[in-house]
Amino acid sequence: MKLLDRLMPSSGIRQVPKSVTIHAVLLAYTVIALFPIIVVVINAFKERRAIFRDPLGLPDSDSFTLVGFQQVLLRSDFGLYSWNSLVVTILAVGLVLLLGAMAAWALTEYKFKGNLLITFLFAMGIMIPIRLGTVSILSLMVSLDLVNTLTALVLVYIAQGLPLAVYILSEFVRTIPKELTEAARCDSVSEYKIFFCVILPLLKPAMATVAVFTMIPIWNDLWFPLILAPGEETRTITLGVQQFVGQYVTDWNSVLSALTLAIVPVLILYTIFSRQLIRGLTSGAVK
Amino acid sequence: MTPSNQHDEKKPFPWHLVFFLGPGLLIYVVFSVYPLLDTLVLSLYNEQQGQSSFVGLQNFITLVTDDTWSQAFWNALGNNFKFFAIHMLVQNPIGLLLAVLLSAPKLRLSGTYRTLIFMPTMLSVVIIGFVWQLLLSPIWGISEDFLYNIGLGQYFDAWLGKEGSALITLAFISVWQFVGIPMMLIYATLLNIPDDIVDASVVDGANSFQTFWHIKLPLILPTIAMVSILTFVANFNAFELIYAVKGALAGPNFSTDLMGTFFYRTFFGFQLQQGSASMGAAVATLMFLIILVGVMLFLFFIQRRIQRFQF
Repeated sequence: MKLLDRLMPSSGIRQVPKSVTIHAVLLAYTVIALFPIIVVVINAFKERRAIFRDPLGLPDSDSFTLVGFQQVLLRSDFGLYSWNSLVVTILAVGLVLLLGAMAAWALTEYKFKGNLLITFLFAMGIMIPIRLGTVSILSLMVSLDLVNTLTALVLVYIAQGLPLAVYILSEFVRTIPKELTEAARCDSVSEYKIFFCVILPLLKPAMATVAVFTMIPIWNDLWFPLILAPGEETRTITLGVQQFVGQYVTDWNSVLSALTLAIVPVLILYTIFSRQLIRGLTSGAVK
Repeated sequence: MTPSNQHDEKKPFPWHLVFFLGPGLLIYVVFSVYPLLDTLVLSLYNEQQGQSSFVGLQNFITLVTDDTWSQAFWNALGNNFKFFAIHMLVQNPIGLLLAVLLSAPKLRLSGTYRTLIFMPTMLSVVIIGFVWQLLLSPIWGISEDFLYNIGLGQYFDAWLGKEGSALITLAFISVWQFVGIPMMLIYATLLNIPDDIVDASVVDGANSFQTFWHIKLPLILPTIAMVSILTFVANFNAFELIYAVKGALAGPNFSTDLMGTFFYRTFFGFQLQQGSASMGAAVATLMFLIILVGVMLFLFFIQRRIQRFQF
């Protein structure tokens, strides 16, 4: 664009309205994207009458109330649901990262019979959704006596997350210079040590991207918690909110508060990690 | 492969390979590959009173032709294509427009817009479904008031409750949530287009529309193709939004039924109809075939025709 400015100095004048238009459109869409979320969150802090009388107003000293949140915490075990989601997500993402990195390393570094077949098998999993196998997964979990356990969810989510993890991490392993591993081998460092002490630390940035991509679908999933672990003790936050809202659908304070409790932690985490996520999305990690 | 095979005989058994590849491959095969293959096999059997017998393609014939099944099946499939069409016609063009605007040179606050517009994509489909159910509710009346304020009040309706509009409304909710994905991926591709090419076309006298149409659009076509296939797979696998807003019965009168909800009802049963694992497996197999055909078409036609430009 510098070239353009030099060639057509007058275009600087015309650019002002153009950038105003761009800002207007982007701002309008930002409002469209955020408005529904904001309306729900602000109304969660208002009394029932204020919710209906003035849905767009901020809570003031008259209308402010936390009764919805009290009801939610009283009637359902949100702490437990969040804890379950946290345990499942952390275990599954952690194991996807570790096992995915190990598999990606093995598939890119070593030549062996079946390498191509296994690579293809993992690649298929990126496109074919695991939930199509639900009928058999459920009967498998029944026979392993894992129904209504968090273990069942962790195992399924590892299987769900591995294909993309192996793909992205393999791309990344390929960029690591061969000299590095060969030098280590000349010093007769063991293969295990090469991986854990040399390769794994180098994979950290790619693993951050994989972590974010793996985490979101697991945290937000309804299908597998609903089918494999619907019990009160193993309910995840998404299933918990779904059941709660279905049950107390006419209690507006409770419904708005339950949704807010589900939304706010995710938004806080998103604000913290958005740079990493967007860098991952835009760096071409997923082509 | 051959030279390494010759070495294999001398080398000790590759325990490190088992160590690195074993655990991941085992979990993936047991909980993903095997269930999928088992589902395909199960769809060829019929289970009655615990007895399973091989019936060939009978389950599929029942699904496609039997009076009690075929209507629900074709309805769900048709709805799913509508759902997908709305995504393709609305989500991807809006995503493209936002990406082009975001990539305008020297745009201030572009990072902020990007982060905020992408925000709904991060939330659970279930939560988003409930949020919009409240917003569109005639009881609360936010949408109605809004439409009155801009003079379109007479067009308000309980869209989610009407047979004719429920599916379209749900598709728009889904579009609203996921528009960030095409936006982000196209934006990333646009950023990678070197300035020289764009400048060259400007020097040649192209206006910004011509530059976009002749220079940028061909370069982002592969990304648009990829976004399309991602949308296709996600849409033919969709379940949560319908289940959260409309329940497993996908009302009113099954007008919002998609393959995902149809699969769920077939497997677990609903009202008087008993759930059936083998019929459920048959529905899942058809979903598998639809997705497979879509992915294959993408790989063989679109991906082959469109050249990838590397800079």
